[in-house]
Amino acid sequence: MANESIGKPVPHPTELSQPYWEALNEGVLTLQRCTRCEKFRHYPRLVCDGCYSLEADWVEASGRGEIHSWTVAHHAFHPGFVGDLPYVLVVVQLEEGVRALGRLHGVPIGEIRIGMPVKFTVDQRDDGVALPAFVPR
Amino acid sequence: MSLREKAAITGVGETAYLRGSGKSAFQLQVEASLTAIADAGLTPKDIDGIIPIGITGAPAEEFVTSFGTPDLRFSALTPLGGASSIAAVQCAAAAIAAGLCNHVLIAAGRNSFLGARAGVRIHEMPQFHFVTEFELPLGAIAPAQLYAPMARRHMELYGTTSRQLGEIAVTVRQHALLNDNAIMKKPITLDDHQASRMISDPFRLLDCSLESDGGAAFVVSAAERARDMRQPPTYVMGIAEGHPDSPSAITQRPDMTTLGLAKAAPRAFAMAGVTQKDINVAEIYDCFTWVVLCQLEDMGFCKKGEGGAFVEGGRLRLGGALPTNTHGGLLSQAHMLGLNHVVELVRQLRGQGGRAQVKDAKVGLATGYGDLGDGAIVIMRRG
Repeated sequence: MANESIGKPVPHPTELSQPYWEALNEGVLTLQRCTRCEKFRHYPRLVCDGCYSLEADWVEASGRGEIHSWTVAHHAFHPGFVGDLPYVLVVVQLEEGVRALGRLHGVPIGEIRIGMPVKFTVDQRDDGVALPAFVPR
Repeated sequence: MSLREKAAITGVGETAYLRGSGKSAFQLQVEASLTAIADAGLTPKDIDGIIPIGITGAPAEEFVTSFGTPDLRFSALTPLGGASSIAAVQCAAAAIAAGLCNHVLIAAGRNSFLGARAGVRIHEMPQFHFVTEFELPLGAIAPAQLYAPMARRHMELYGTTSRQLGEIAVTVRQHALLNDNAIMKKPITLDDHQASRMISDPFRLLDCSLESDGGAAFVVSAAERARDMRQPPTYVMGIAEGHPDSPSAITQRPDMTTLGLAKAAPRAFAMAGVTQKDINVAEIYDCFTWVVLCQLEDMGFCKKGEGGAFVEGGRLRLGGALPTNTHGGLLSQAHMLGLNHVVELVRQLRGQGGRAQVKDAKVGLATGYGDLGDGAIVIMRRG
C-alpha cells in the first residue's frame, strides 16, 4: 500500500535527539548514557538526573525487554492512522532500565500480557520514517 | 506560615454549556467572569488579581482592557492543564496571604467542540514535547491513548474491571441529570457503558469526557473580607499541587499507576487538619473514568489497587458515603478544565446545590488532573 502512510505525523528531531533518529533509520535502537555515571536516560534530554552531567554517549540498546503496559487503538485521532486500526501501542521496560514506546507485532490482541518478553525491531514506514516496534522473543 | 483559612471563594459563575456556542473563548471567559464577580457582590473594578486558565485563555491584559481595571496588582499563569484552576487557587491564596491583593479572578473559556480537538491541541503545548516527538508518530496522539496504558496496567496488577470504570460513568451521568446546565441529558446503564465502542483499550466511549464550549470563573478573596460579602463564605482549608515523577512522559514513569495528586493530597489534608472521613462531597477531575478511581487511591480514600472495589455499591452516588461529581463532571456536564468542579464544590458548601445538594455538606474537596499527571487539590469548608 504505497500511499497508506501519507499524512502521518513525522518526528521532528532536535539537536539532542538527532543521533537517536539517525540510528533508528539504520535499524538500530540507541539510548543516551551519561558519560560520567553511566546512567541511561530516555527520551533524550540535556542533563543526567543522577549526577547532573551534561555529557552523554549514544550506545546501542540490547533491544530486549518486557511489556510494561499497552493499549489497543480502535479510534484514529489522526486521519493518517485510519488504515492501521486496530493497532497495538506497547510500553516496553528495556533491560537498560528505561522504557520505549512502540507498535507491537505478532501477538494476538487477546494474548498481550504485562511481563511478556519482547525484542526490538524497526518499522520502516512508506514515507521513510523509521519507528521502534516490538515482537515476541 | 500556612495558607489554611487565608482565602475564601466568594463568587462563582458559569455560562450555559453547549456543543458549539458560536462565541469566542474570550467572550465565554468574560461572560462567566462577570457572573462570578456579580455573585461575589463585587464590580469588575474591585478585581486586583487575575489568573487566566487554559491555552485558549486571554492574558491578564485583556481583562484589564475589558474591565478598565485601575490597578491590577497580581497576575500569574498556572499551566498544569486540568489541574490549573486549583493550582491557581493555591497561587491566589499565597498572593492574598502575602498581602499582594484582595480579590483574584480565575477564569476559563473554551470553544473546544468546533475548534481544535484535544488530540491536536496538546501537541501545540511545550509540556507535551516528548509525546509530540517520540509518541505521536507511532499513533499515540490523544489523551485517551496516552492515559490508557496507566489504566491497563492498573487493571492487570490489581484486577480492576471495565465494569468498575462503568460505575463511575453511570454515577456521574445520574448526577448530570439533576443539573439543568449539563450537556448530557439521557440516563445510561452499566450495559450501555459496556456496549459503547472501544476508543483506546480499556477506555470505551463512555469512559471519556466531553468536548464542549462554555466559560467558568470564580473569585478568590481574602478570608477576612469574605465574612461580609454577598454569599455565604466558603473557606480554603487545605490546598496543594503535586507533580508526578517523569511529568513529561507517562511511558517513563517509575509507577505508572500513581499521579501527582499522591504527593499533593497528604499536604492538603495536613494543612486542612481533616481526614478523608470528614469529606462530605468530592468533585474529582474526571477526564476519564479511571482517572477518578486512581485519584481516590492517591488521596487515601482507599489503598492503591482497591479503587475498583471502592467505587462499587453506589458509594459515589448521592446518598452514598462519598457523593462525587454532583454536577455531572467532565464526563457528563461539560469539560471546563475542572473550573466547574470548583464552582460546584462552592455551591454545595453554600447549600445551593439544587436537586443534587448533598444534605448538610460542611467540608468538601475538588481535584484537578492535568497534562500527563499533574495534580492539585483544594479542601474547603462552609463558613
